[in-house]
Amino acid sequence: MESVEALVAHIQGLSGSPDELAQLHGLLKQADGDALRVHSAGLLPFLSHLHPGAHSLGYLYLLDSFVSSSANLRAHAGGDLLVTVADFLTSCSADQIRMAPDKFLNVCRVLKNEVMQLNAPIRGIAPLRAAVRKIQTSSEQLTPLHAEYLMLCLLAKQYKAGLSVLEDDIFEVDQPKDLFLYCYYGAMIYIGLKKFRKALELLHNAVTAPMSSLNAITVEAYKKYVLVSLIQSGQVPSFPKYTSSTAQRNLKNHTQIYVDLSTCYGTGSYSDLETFIQSNAEAFQTDNNFGLVKQVLSSMYKRNIQRLTQTYLTLSLEDIASSVQLNTPKEAEMHVLRMIEDGEIHATINQKDGMVSFNEDPEQYKSSEMVEHIDSSIQRLMALSKKLTSIDQNISCDHAFLMKVQSGRERARFDYDDFDSVPHKYF
Amino acid sequence: MDVEDELPTAPAPADGGESSHALVSGDQLDVEAYAAQYSGRTRVGRLLFIAEKCGSEQMRLDALRLAYDWALKGEDTALHRDVSAKIAGRLGPRYTADQPWSDAVERRALLRKDKLDSELNVYRTNLIKESIRMGYNDLGDFHYAQGHLSDAFKSYIRTRDYCTTSKHVVQMCLNVILVSIELGQFMHVSNYVIKAEQTPDDLDRITAAKLRAAAGLAYMETNKYKLAARKFIETGSELRSNYSEVIAPHDVAVYGALCALASFDRSELKSKVIDNYNFCNFLELVPEVRELVNDFYASRYGSCLGYLEKLKSNLLLDMHLHGHIETLYKDIRHKAIIQYTFPFISVDLNLMAVAFQTSVSLLEKELAALITDNKIQARIDSHNKILYASHADQRNGTFQRALQTGNEFERDVKSMLLRANLLKHEFSQKAAERKV
Repeated sequence: MESVEALVAHIQGLSGSPDELAQLHGLLKQADGDALRVHSAGLLPFLSHLHPGAHSLGYLYLLDSFVSSSANLRAHAGGDLLVTVADFLTSCSADQIRMAPDKFLNVCRVLKNEVMQLNAPIRGIAPLRAAVRKIQTSSEQLTPLHAEYLMLCLLAKQYKAGLSVLEDDIFEVDQPKDLFLYCYYGAMIYIGLKKFRKALELLHNAVTAPMSSLNAITVEAYKKYVLVSLIQSGQVPSFPKYTSSTAQRNLKNHTQIYVDLSTCYGTGSYSDLETFIQSNAEAFQTDNNFGLVKQVLSSMYKRNIQRLTQTYLTLSLEDIASSVQLNTPKEAEMHVLRMIEDGEIHATINQKDGMVSFNEDPEQYKSSEMVEHIDSSIQRLMALSKKLTSIDQNISCDHAFLMKVQSGRERARFDYDDFDSVPHKYF
Repeated sequence: MDVEDELPTAPAPADGGESSHALVSGDQLDVEAYAAQYSGRTRVGRLLFIAEKCGSEQMRLDALRLAYDWALKGEDTALHRDVSAKIAGRLGPRYTADQPWSDAVERRALLRKDKLDSELNVYRTNLIKESIRMGYNDLGDFHYAQGHLSDAFKSYIRTRDYCTTSKHVVQMCLNVILVSIELGQFMHVSNYVIKAEQTPDDLDRITAAKLRAAAGLAYMETNKYKLAARKFIETGSELRSNYSEVIAPHDVAVYGALCALASFDRSELKSKVIDNYNFCNFLELVPEVRELVNDFYASRYGSCLGYLEKLKSNLLLDMHLHGHIETLYKDIRHKAIIQYTFPFISVDLNLMAVAFQTSVSLLEKELAALITDNKIQARIDSHNKILYASHADQRNGTFQRALQTGNEFERDVKSMLLRANLLKHEFSQKAAERKV
């Protein structure tokens, strides 16, 4: 059994070329377990002999075995340890830590727990963001750190910080649970920023992800999905046909009150909706959705006012108030004003005689900005369709797929629809 | 129809114009003249319907008295008891439940039923197709007269296997249709109309007209007003009083005209209703309806809606039309509003309100509802009370749609790729559960 000093010397000596690193990794694996664990309490001073960037792999092993013991954590609670870990996460070498991802994730988790215990989630944001970037092999990959990072952002109310991760499209997933949490937290961040369209996309992914039995995250996600759909479009779309049958069958049973809410919303009566929400306020509060529910309620005004713009050229504030069930023309004016400011309607208020004139959308699709916007959309879609083509090619060369098609032909005429309703790994 | 032979035939109601003028008009309904138009069970059915729905006590009693008289002449003791109960002694001692009469009729009916049954059994053992058919038919007629409608229905249906000529088939169909209408099962009506029309031999004109009328009725009852209008319009004028056990000619005119107004567009209305010589014969029976159709076509909406309003109270007493009046009236009114606004770029709401005999604010509400339903392409200037036709800017609309479609496509493809990858790695929920 080698002493820790010898190990540190090895780490210092063998952190150069990839070959050396492989050798070092072997040594570290041997040392891991008993050797390091026995000495774990005294490991901290050795870390100062190592450089987090240059000797990342060794540093990681030592750090991991140190933080794995809760006694050590308690002894060094707060202060230095947190700084050490944070420094390591920001400056470590991505190549080296990817050799031991489990250890790395563990260290990150410890960091998260620590900042949570200190009640200072904001301190974990920067190191974790760096960690996410380091362990990702491509920006399309979802790591378990995503969800943790987003949760910290949520707790620290640093929604903008969450965006840097959310803006990348995710295609590759290791653990379904990570995906559900990622979608759920991500959606909450978008909801916090009032970007309901993006939030819907994420919730939609959580609800429609393939699953063979229901999970709590999906149920919560569906509740938010219903509320955000109502705010965004005034109605809840039915499940698309690719939704797993489990979700289609069971989700509504678990979210009955939300389904009722959407039915009530559909009637278009503000007072009914208000009574419904009041009588069920407790349930919404226990779900921590009451804030969203209130937004649903006020979106009813907006929707009704928007409907008026399609029908009228001019309308007095009084009539607006009465047709959307507001109490006074003054309130109606406030609502209209806010909607004009948010660009949700195009109108002008004539305060002298209390009339609102609704205008057409002034966008003429002629400006160079618009052309640029359209062009960027086209570019994005072209890239996407290229990707699709290549995936299609891959699938049509896939052995398993060909086998399936073959057997399908023998049985009966092959039908593409089969693949929609019975999704298997051949996709 | 054989059924009717056992009943004293109603006084011929065919003298058209004069009497029916009084029937469908703004004046109070003359129950006696109205009832005279129908024969058979439908007459008493309609009378009872009036008695149930009508607001005026006098009319109610009139209807009940006529129904009582008729019931005594028939063999339906249940009906007799029903009517007597409804009268509840309000018409004096003459109009009470007649127990001896009931007993006598029931005794006779029992005998007759035994006789028919045994006859039928004999025919069946002898396997003579025509006789079996006659036997079932007689049994059906018997049950129908007794008011056992579902038994009658079954018996008539059974004759089907023993029909040898298309004449028999048609007769079977007509019997089934008659019973089904009274049972309110309009699916059967449509089916058997089709069956009858498919017989290889040409139908005589009266039968054809009967079938059309029955088909129209069935479509109307199932809310398919456009198809109903077509059928009524095609109904031949030979119908006259030949189908009085179901429908009177002026009913065809009213039903047909209302359905047509609610569902046809202007050109169809002109070519199929106003210029239709055949249907004009029907319309002549009910001048009010003829006028209102012409008013509608000539855009005199005020007087058209006025006629409709006047007719409404009596039409509500019609057994078949009752449940559809509101929808039909609403559709006609909407059609009128849409047609009125269609040719204009801007419409003064004050003038329009006068034309539709309503107030500006109510009209505004109606228009707003129609615009929301996308039935009128216009917007209301509520300040100046003017309706402006709005034509969507195609170019902008296209841009908007294209961008939206692009966004949706992008979103869908991305989430599809994500799901595909999930499936590819066989990440089912099971894997997740182990971790959770």
